[in-house]
Amino acid sequence: MDARIKLPLTLAFILTCSLTPFGSWWVYILLLALVNSAAILSELGLYFLHKRALLALPFVLAAFPLIFTIPGNPLFTVGPGWFTLTASQQGLARFASITAKSWISLQVAILLAATTTFPDLLLGLRALHLPRLLVAVIGLMWRYLFVMVDEAARLLRARASRSGARDLPGKKVGGQLVWRARVTGGMAGNLFLRSFERSERIYAAMTARGYDGEVRSLPHPPLAQRDWLVLGIGLLVLLFLLLIG
Amino acid sequence: MFYAPVAMHIPDGFISVMVAIVFWVLSSLGILVALRNVNRELGEREVPLMGVLAAAIFAGQMLNFSVTGGTSGHLLGAALATIILGPWAAVLVMTSVVSIQALIFQDGGVLALGANLFNMAIVGVAVSYFVYRTVIRFTRQDRAGIFVAGFAAAWFSIFVSSLSAALQLALSGTSPANIAVPAMAGIHALIGIGEGLITVGALAFIYAARRDLLKLASPQPGGSRAVWVGGMLLAVLLVVLSPLASSHPDGLEWVAGQKGFLNSAQGPIYKIIPDYLLPGVHNEALATVLAGIIGVLIVAGVAFGMAYLRRAKPESDKA
Amino acid sequence: MHHSLEIENLSFTYPDGRKALNNVSFRIEGGERVALVGPNGAGKSTLLQHLSGILTGQGRIWVCGEELTKDSLSSIRAMVGMVFQIPDDQLFSPTVFEDVAFGPIYQGYSREEVHQRVDRALQAVHMEEYVQRVSYHLSTGEKKRIAIATVLSMDPEILVMDEPTAGLDPRARRGLIDLLSELPQTMLLATHDLALVRELLPRTIILDHGRLVADGRTEELLQDRMLLAEHGLE
Repeated sequence: MDARIKLPLTLAFILTCSLTPFGSWWVYILLLALVNSAAILSELGLYFLHKRALLALPFVLAAFPLIFTIPGNPLFTVGPGWFTLTASQQGLARFASITAKSWISLQVAILLAATTTFPDLLLGLRALHLPRLLVAVIGLMWRYLFVMVDEAARLLRARASRSGARDLPGKKVGGQLVWRARVTGGMAGNLFLRSFERSERIYAAMTARGYDGEVRSLPHPPLAQRDWLVLGIGLLVLLFLLLIG
Repeated sequence: MFYAPVAMHIPDGFISVMVAIVFWVLSSLGILVALRNVNRELGEREVPLMGVLAAAIFAGQMLNFSVTGGTSGHLLGAALATIILGPWAAVLVMTSVVSIQALIFQDGGVLALGANLFNMAIVGVAVSYFVYRTVIRFTRQDRAGIFVAGFAAAWFSIFVSSLSAALQLALSGTSPANIAVPAMAGIHALIGIGEGLITVGALAFIYAARRDLLKLASPQPGGSRAVWVGGMLLAVLLVVLSPLASSHPDGLEWVAGQKGFLNSAQGPIYKIIPDYLLPGVHNEALATVLAGIIGVLIVAGVAFGMAYLRRAKPESDKA
Repeated sequence: MHHSLEIENLSFTYPDGRKALNNVSFRIEGGERVALVGPNGAGKSTLLQHLSGILTGQGRIWVCGEELTKDSLSSIRAMVGMVFQIPDDQLFSPTVFEDVAFGPIYQGYSREEVHQRVDRALQAVHMEEYVQRVSYHLSTGEKKRIAIATVLSMDPEILVMDEPTAGLDPRARRGLIDLLSELPQTMLLATHDLALVRELLPRTIILDHGRLVADGRTEELLQDRMLLAEHGLE
């Protein structure tokens, strides 16, 4: 599927998911089914999808208090005598809804990222009328992302290999916290400086190839009728789900 | 493997659609303004410079130092980017980083991206700029002055951004304000110290090796009145709004409830304006908020105090 | 047992399935100077990274008689002075002093002791005057020396270096070789520079496709042109 279709569809999906009211369990299930079947169809596999989806788990804590703060039919009480929290059915429903929505949205985002090559993703962003300059910056950033991550990894390795101490009595190993933070800062500064000078070299290479500041790119093939059809159907399905919710 | 360990990227589902749209609009405006200004300032160099520096910030967020036991501190980089590149380029750089984190690494939601961009790329940068320029007025433009200003800028950028995130959560009805605000503020008051220290360490390195690259520290930083004012407004607004929201969470819930007509199936719950302050926690929340404010005042006080003292000392030490 | 290095059946496979090391075994005695040669991708750097516990593979490693385990990691790192190929990756402090002081500070030495160690390390590399300089601005040759100093200040028993002469002009290279010849530590140097090997390192280990294909006296091995050609060394 062309990225220019995938990206809006993904956005629409997440939008639908978020707009669906709390507690509309059937809609959630349908949305979940949609995502997971798409995952299977695209040969991504459910295992991969759900492995990555576990990432969202920690943030769920932010909504946890809702169980106790939304008033409604009480379910159970916890806490020592002087301080009790009453869980309500509505609160639990709200919490579960938020968790479900978040989890489902996360899956479709994973799906998008895993099935779209980066250049195609940029294409999709351009099609959404993202400013050319920003897309160019992101593109260059991607190109050098792994280079810089490698440099950061090597800095960490260099520090690790110098972070050793024999078991000598009376010595506080590891240095002070502030010192450790400052050393980390030095590493960051090193990274930034090298990237700055790298950017100068890149700029020189770009001008040697005729770069003049204007970001141009080849025109992209227009979307086929079939693509528009897919987009249309997709949006209709989502609209339907929204209405029954 | 890649992840931004700074706990501020809000996933989808936690921000209501209304809030998401509002912040998309705000962020887009900020980014568009930044785009125009960057073009004026940097010209042709802008793409390679910002692109590689964005990559460096992304990679830089991997650098860590151990705090205690298993936890470690990391860098967000908004303040550092602002000091090195100036506010406009910093906005674009942070935008690139946060966007890629959301789209490729699912660090932060897609719909929620507008809100996350607002917190990290706009508030983070604007507040850094405001604090840095303000503190540096009171210090001399020497090494120590730059470090003090940098530390303060970094701390405030983290702290105020977290307030913004907390308020977004509260406005969306996801997290009651009297928990979200103190929790976020409290945690990030500490994280901000780590950010401050790392920022100073980075500034030390860059100052030693290539002082000329610190745009905000150059003799004629030029700079933007608009950003300074914007940063100040944002900082003041958020710092004032947060304790208010915290102690009157019903107000925010009412707002959320009004917007919540989009989630209208659960009608009755939203029509009631509940007093859902946790029993017994109300005062604690206030106390935490007060602690946060005190923390702010302390850091600000230390920064200004040190700056003032340095100014009073005679020119005896070299930079 | 002292200042020795031993590896037994070391194997390592990258997460993507690439087998980088295949049953490598050798033993280096205290004071020996050994070259690790092989074509790019042979696994030299991978092997070196096992020695300070950056990578963990199958097999066993002993440094100065102590086996490398999770518990002994810190201790081993203090004993193995690892110098990486690119000096910029290792110099991350504003001044030379701070970079060389990193090791001793980490180890918890007092201020005076740290100063002493830094001075000694810089003397060993003949760069005492550079102590307050900014590492970033030095030439590659100078940076390599400082990088060596950053590990010398930890008083390592064994020196492990990845491509020490890479990127150096003839003068800097000569300076570095002379410097290395003065250092007393046991040495394992991964390098493409066969002239360096002939001059400084009496024993050579040849690695190719992750396997140890030869281990013997430099004079003999480097005369075997077929062997060298077969493993991409000439």
